[in-house]
Amino acid sequence: MVEAKKIKEPLFHITKRAPMPIWKTILIRASAVLIAILLSSVIIILITGQNPFSIFASMFHGAFGDAATQNKAGVADTRRRLLQEMAILLSIALAVTPAFKMKFWNIGAQGQVLMGALLSAIVARDLGVSLETTDLGSAVNLILMLLAGAFGGALWAVIPAIFKAKWNTNETLFTLMMNYIVICLIGVVRKIWEPNNDSIIIANGHFPDLFGQKYVGILLFAIALTAFMFFYLKKSKHGYEISLVGESVNSAKYAGISVAKITIRTLIFSGAICGIVGAMLVGSIDHNISTTLDRGYGFTAILVSWLAKFNPLFMILTSFLVVFFLKGGAQLADDFGKYGVTNSFGDIIIGIIFFFIIGCEFFIAYSIKFHKKKKAGN
Amino acid sequence: MDIFTAYFTGAVGYSAILLFGSTGEILTEKAGHLNLGIPGIMCFGALGGCFGVSLIGNVPVVSMLMAILFAFLFAGALGLLYSLFTVSLRCNQNITGLIITTFGVGCTNFFINKISSVSFAKVAKQFTQLFPSYKDLGVFGELFLSYGFMVYFAIIIAVFVAVFMKRTRAGLQLRAVGENPATADAAGINVGLYKYLATFIGSGIAGLGGVYYVFTYLNGAWEYKIDALGWLSIALVIFSVWKPNLAILGSFMFGLLYNAKAYIPGISAPMKEAFGIAPYLVTIIVLIITSIAGSKNVQPPASLGLNYFREDR
Repeated sequence: MVEAKKIKEPLFHITKRAPMPIWKTILIRASAVLIAILLSSVIIILITGQNPFSIFASMFHGAFGDAATQNKAGVADTRRRLLQEMAILLSIALAVTPAFKMKFWNIGAQGQVLMGALLSAIVARDLGVSLETTDLGSAVNLILMLLAGAFGGALWAVIPAIFKAKWNTNETLFTLMMNYIVICLIGVVRKIWEPNNDSIIIANGHFPDLFGQKYVGILLFAIALTAFMFFYLKKSKHGYEISLVGESVNSAKYAGISVAKITIRTLIFSGAICGIVGAMLVGSIDHNISTTLDRGYGFTAILVSWLAKFNPLFMILTSFLVVFFLKGGAQLADDFGKYGVTNSFGDIIIGIIFFFIIGCEFFIAYSIKFHKKKKAGN
Repeated sequence: MDIFTAYFTGAVGYSAILLFGSTGEILTEKAGHLNLGIPGIMCFGALGGCFGVSLIGNVPVVSMLMAILFAFLFAGALGLLYSLFTVSLRCNQNITGLIITTFGVGCTNFFINKISSVSFAKVAKQFTQLFPSYKDLGVFGELFLSYGFMVYFAIIIAVFVAVFMKRTRAGLQLRAVGENPATADAAGINVGLYKYLATFIGSGIAGLGGVYYVFTYLNGAWEYKIDALGWLSIALVIFSVWKPNLAILGSFMFGLLYNAKAYIPGISAPMKEAFGIAPYLVTIIVLIITSIAGSKNVQPPASLGLNYFREDR
């Protein structure tokens, strides 16, 4: 019956663009962020009825501290927290990048971080007591914690990788399920330690503060990891193999690369870094083990990495952007609570900004060609 | 009520939340779209339901229908947003889904405080019982007739979707779109339309899970836990190998597993926690077995997670 219908000329069609010059892509992305911020401010004005500048000032203060209401130590503390959260998020984002670059959709960073944290917490609490009687023992304990973390993270990443490599098991769904198994395991361990008490404090296995600050350790780790990952992905043989597999599994095979080997190797590496971040969260920052230890960054890190186009240097910027809005949103809840702003507002703004940024990628990759209308009678 | 009956009915009550979520997700995934936004969409559906009720307060039957309607529309709207990004703008499905979840959960937490919940507990009574005289029928009545309307509704929708996909022409075309959109396109099927509709309706159905959770399961209370149930619904999709009729049994089994800890005597606190692992573990096992077995019948839709662009190659 299709032939009988009058053939309709579509209004437009979509084609792939030739690669754009970089300045143009940056311009498009920047304007997307700008439009998103404008839209968010319109929403803020509608809800609170307040001047948007006072709202952005409040967000700015939430991220960088406010000299007018805080003393010097308070401002410094806010900034330290900003750097600390940025370092955690950036480290996890860097960790998931190699896997994503080879189009292995590992959304289990949360589970990998938490598994690393869990194992290192077990080492800290159960071995730490007997080890920490001497200086050497303390050092051994800390090393064991890092190793346990790396092992836990790597284990949690490599299981889905092996099944993916061998039987093509769907890795997105597999890694997603692995997250929840760790979350339950943490509940089990917490109940074993404190059957009647909900607060767990890990008194042993504290990493030494560098320069008197506990956030310096993770910050240095994040900086070193950024540099390392940049060269690993751009300059090393491994990085080349990863991008080759990501571009086309078949061409990688023809080139004599074992895709299974690369998949498993990359995921061990990626999971181990996540696990080390988990160990640092336990040993250096929170001294605690809980299901929210990863602050939801396991998922956010995926967005941060993707947003930066898997480029480690851009990730510094994107992780800053996300942490800025998280911190700013929390401050908004404090400052504008009476107008009904709550903590979740940061999530809404992040959602809107991400929507605009992923949406603008379409206009970078594709162009829309409108068809000229034919004159009647043709 | 003896222990068995309580266990059984408890499991059924819990299973309907997941059944809504996974029936909706199956419909979406059959069109080739892995919607990881389901947790956010279910939250948003709950928000919509609460909003609908707050509009008219407690009116017999009408309040319930309003809740269902608004839950469907709110959740469906978020589903359309997902389709806009993944179908029209060809964004990565995983990324878009995660953003939808962040956004949906954030919006729900933000706006839920702004909705007057005065009438919720009263409205919830409309949800909790369909057959008031079920007790006359003894154990049979207790086991099968003691639930609210939405439990039966969940099962009806699941059966309907199963029949639709298996027996109707549109269902066949939907599956074709999910398996191989290029072939479907060549056969004259409007791929984009199918993807949009499947995501819209699927998300709407999932949103009903949210409203069911608030008004039937919690009797009109609000609790921030829906997103965890959303992830469990995605697990159920795999567990039931993309078949809504199996999801009915699967969700019941998840319900039994979830409630088991309360009914096994002398169980220690850590063991109780350990029971939570079971649904995820069996899901992983099913995922592994189906991928090893390789039978066509139990595979995910072939183009799941991949966006379709006609001019590719």
